[in-house]
Amino acid sequence: MGRKSRDSRRARVAAKPGPVVSDPDTSLAMAVAALGWVIPGGGHLWLGRRQKGLIFLVILPLMFAIGLWLEGRLFPLDPGQPLSLLAALADLGNGLPYLIATVSGLGEGRVVAATFEYGNTFTIVSGLLNMLVCLDAYDVALGRK
Amino acid sequence: MQSHFFLMVIFAGFVSLVFAVIMKDEPVDQVKFGGMLFVSFVATAVVFGWILYPFPL
Repeated sequence: MGRKSRDSRRARVAAKPGPVVSDPDTSLAMAVAALGWVIPGGGHLWLGRRQKGLIFLVILPLMFAIGLWLEGRLFPLDPGQPLSLLAALADLGNGLPYLIATVSGLGEGRVVAATFEYGNTFTIVSGLLNMLVCLDAYDVALGRK
Repeated sequence: MQSHFFLMVIFAGFVSLVFAVIMKDEPVDQVKFGGMLFVSFVATAVVFGWILYPFPL
């Protein structure tokens, strides 16, 4: 291939318009993430990812329920106790199951129970995992994944 | 239900499953990745348990 033909090919490629990148709908992605927070897996279901959505919908509330069953505590939002505040924020990540448990008076916790710390671990980690799932749904809605 | 090992295995199973579903799209990949993660969690816990055995509280 000669130099002239290479140059002309480069010029043609340079003149060719690139793919048009549409602006991602950030508000939609935020709504998807919010739904994913309220209903674990809801964001993925909204986006048509049924397999993932259904798994999250079953697993995360189940993990939260096991945490309550193990006599874990739902920590109060008390700014005076920074570590408890972090745990409370993680608990909040569970969304609707957390609100239902709070309204129902569950999650009082029993410190002397042998499974108390396990219960806390299950409820806190299920909330953190749901936050991760929300971020994943947000990325999917923006077309990053 | 008060077995530490049993609760740890359940916990590892839940976390592995969620991570596998987040990270991978194909079911085969999810099973492989989740399985690897689960075995890693349990093996690490057992190894650390034995390492800490000589140092009781």
